Amino acid sequence: MTDTAIALYKARSELGEIIYHLVRNPLGLAGLIIVVAIVGSALLAPWIAPYDPVAMNIQDRLQGPNAAHLLGTDQIGRDTFSRVIWGGRVALKVALPTIAGAVAFGLLLGMIAGYGPKWLDSLIVLFFDTVRSFPTVMFALAVVALVGPSLNTVIFVIMVTSIPTYGRVVRTLTQSLKQSEFITAERSLGAKVPRIMGIHILPNVLGPLAVLAAMDIPTVVGLEAGLSFLGMGVKPPTPSWGVLLADGYALIRNTPWLIIAGGIPLILTTLGFTFLGEALRDVVDPKLRGKGGK
Amino acid sequence: MLTYILRRLGLAALITVLAVTLLFLIIHMIPGDPVSTMLGPKASPELRAALEARMGLDKPLPVQIGLFFANMLRGDLGMDVFTNRPVTMIVLGQIPHTLVLILFSILWSALLGIALGCYSAVNRNSFGDRLAGVLSVSVIAVPAFVVSLYSLLIFAVKLQWFPAIGAGEPGAWGDQFHHLILPSLAIGLSWVGYIARLVRASMLEVMGEGHVRTARAFGLPERRITYRYALRLAILPTVTVIGVGMGFLLSAAVFTEIVFSRPGLGKLVIDSITTRNYPVVMGSVLFSTLIFVASTTLADIINAILDPRIRAGK
Amino acid sequence: MAVLDIRDLSVSYSTPRGSLRALRNVSLTVPEGKIVGIVGESGCGKSTLISSIIRLMAPNARVGSGEVRFKGADLLARSEAEMRALRGTEISMVFQDPMQTHNPVLTVGQQMVDIQYRDKKPKAEKLKRAAEMLALVGIPDPEARLNQYPFEFSGGMRQRIAIAMALMARPALLIADEPTTALDATLEVQIIKRLKELQDEIGCGVLFISHHLGVIAELCDEVVVMYAGEVVESGTVRDVFHNPAHPYTAALLDCDPGHIKVKTRVLPTIPGNIPDLVNLPKGCIFADRCDKRHRACDTRPALWTARAGHRAACHLIAERETA
Repeated sequence: MTDTAIALYKARSELGEIIYHLVRNPLGLAGLIIVVAIVGSALLAPWIAPYDPVAMNIQDRLQGPNAAHLLGTDQIGRDTFSRVIWGGRVALKVALPTIAGAVAFGLLLGMIAGYGPKWLDSLIVLFFDTVRSFPTVMFALAVVALVGPSLNTVIFVIMVTSIPTYGRVVRTLTQSLKQSEFITAERSLGAKVPRIMGIHILPNVLGPLAVLAAMDIPTVVGLEAGLSFLGMGVKPPTPSWGVLLADGYALIRNTPWLIIAGGIPLILTTLGFTFLGEALRDVVDPKLRGKGGK
Repeated sequence: MLTYILRRLGLAALITVLAVTLLFLIIHMIPGDPVSTMLGPKASPELRAALEARMGLDKPLPVQIGLFFANMLRGDLGMDVFTNRPVTMIVLGQIPHTLVLILFSILWSALLGIALGCYSAVNRNSFGDRLAGVLSVSVIAVPAFVVSLYSLLIFAVKLQWFPAIGAGEPGAWGDQFHHLILPSLAIGLSWVGYIARLVRASMLEVMGEGHVRTARAFGLPERRITYRYALRLAILPTVTVIGVGMGFLLSAAVFTEIVFSRPGLGKLVIDSITTRNYPVVMGSVLFSTLIFVASTTLADIINAILDPRIRAGK
Repeated sequence: MAVLDIRDLSVSYSTPRGSLRALRNVSLTVPEGKIVGIVGESGCGKSTLISSIIRLMAPNARVGSGEVRFKGADLLARSEAEMRALRGTEISMVFQDPMQTHNPVLTVGQQMVDIQYRDKKPKAEKLKRAAEMLALVGIPDPEARLNQYPFEFSGGMRQRIAIAMALMARPALLIADEPTTALDATLEVQIIKRLKELQDEIGCGVLFISHHLGVIAELCDEVVVMYAGEVVESGTVRDVFHNPAHPYTAALLDCDPGHIKVKTRVLPTIPGNIPDLVNLPKGCIFADRCDKRHRACDTRPALWTARAGHRAACHLIAERETA
């Protein structure tokens, strides 16, 4: 077998192992099912949503849940169930690039800080501390005040404020790995920095980072929905869960089911990803897994 | 101790300066500028130039930043576009509402969270511990504004146990407290879970350390070991997290203030954005950053009081 | 009368692999005012033995049989409250790692006052008593140092504090679990000397656990050699160290750098590993690693008496007598 084939085989069996442990944990299994359901329905929205999410139908406005409209309709007769499903697309459209960007920048800065010279480390940590000192929503609102609400503004702001979270974890892990014997040995054999980074540090950092990212998805989804709720995020008529809640908030005294319908997918998403993240952490970090009895 | 506090305050000042500078840079990098935000796109060039000159925006960026700091030190954050009142006064007028809300939320959620965490750690793997674990994980990530909306719907609109709007009559303590309950429930709920998990984990770690074994070997009562010897150490990371958490709470407060139509920093920002009152937006963002930096600094100082090793810089 | 008399003690841990039999039929005696050493490699059951004596055992530990008699009464039959009353007053302990022994966020004085919580004395008097104890173990300027935190003391100083705390209530039995292992050699000698002086003065019995044979020889009156959860040899220090009756003891002595007389480049070791305590071998526990193994070793040896007060669990002794 070639090296790549062995590596591939190993990676596959490791993935199998992770899934096995996930499925054995009831919370992990529940999380996995919820996440698959939400991501799946978001991807398949054009095919499974019964109505066009932005099509108005004034005759059917403000209906309660019924056979034709599972979750009722809003004030201009749009089907809430379809809007909920399409809303998942918006949530993912914001969450994925945001987290991918934050992870990428966090990895880069964190590895430089953890491996590089002391002055650079201090500089990057100071940058992290500075960015962290903005309350996320306040910072987002300051930017929105200037450029106006849009999907890209939301992505940009949440990404920038999330970088320190990932960067700090990567930095700590890199620092401790740098001290470990196998890397000292590699360095004494004259291995180049990119090799050490790519072969030794990166694979060891990715596991904890994946856990962190899974746990972070609900935060990002919640922030997007929150900003959209305030009218500072995704603009109507785009069916974001936050927009749905804003519509429901305006009608809270008459038609409570709009708020209920808008909140449920958010709660499910947060529960799903949090359960999944918790279970993943137990699997990825065997130290924690063994923490039952002596 | 004094050297530690001074050093920590120095760092806080440095971070504040850097944060404000960074805010300036970001605002200059992104498209859109304060003047068109305030005047709208159809303003005449003369009007634009006049406003730019008044706000100092016609000067080079470093000069602008310098001027801003100089003004900030004098407590001058510019004037409200509409009422011509100083922004500092407007923001300071709203801050107490937000602070009361946040502090009350932290207070009840920290107390409950610490108690739950201790219970879970002491009765590890019991039914109660498992139940607390599942509940904690479930509430940790649920967004505060969803909790706000649901509690508004259930307790204010349907059951009408609590008022739905405002902060209560000024001076009427009971009424204000009544208005505080639902919003602080919404903000604090996820923190109960978070703090409970944190306290449980660090309690379990501390209870396994050598000095707890020593205390047991000297026959100290278990209650005293738990609360005097272990909790005192286990609380340290929680204090840090609460300090950092002020940032999240400030964010959560924005939503909650909107949902419950409460006065405060968040409502001020949103109202100012809709009326394009740019100086007030910046002033509020600045003050919330100051509150955040102050709270992380305070948490570090409390930790130094609790832990002699931090004081000594070890 | 013996201060501590352990009879036939067996302790096991329930593990996912099955019952791990950490101690099997262990008997040993600490006579009043004597120092008894326990020697053995890591994993020989020393820690389990200590935690069974003071009854601070892991939740998955279970006592299978035996008695732990302290001043004639069985500790295993006592209630938790009765046990707690004994800890720190009649029986006290010094632990291995001095860096971990004390609470890092309370002053040394506070911790020394705390352990006197049973005395209804004013705090000032308790502090005075603490300072006296610190002076006794050789800590200069004790009154001032009571206000310091553990991290302000060196490892050796912290172990002195631990000894001072353990002896403060003048216990009848002191259990010292490798108290000098974490310290360097010169400190070790000082602390051992001080411990011996204090023991003389207080007259308590001491159970001293160490894997350092030199320290045991220096300090102890009697010695118990443990291997894989069993007592394999016991007797006076003189008998055991000069005429080891068990091949394991002999091998241990051969491995001790202090005992090696012929110059060699390779330090001797005992080949092989400790047997699996979940699936125990049928015969002698040491047989797999023993260079004197023979047919009889397939059955378990009893503790035979080699000479008065000197016993070992080896078939060779019985065979020598019948031969």
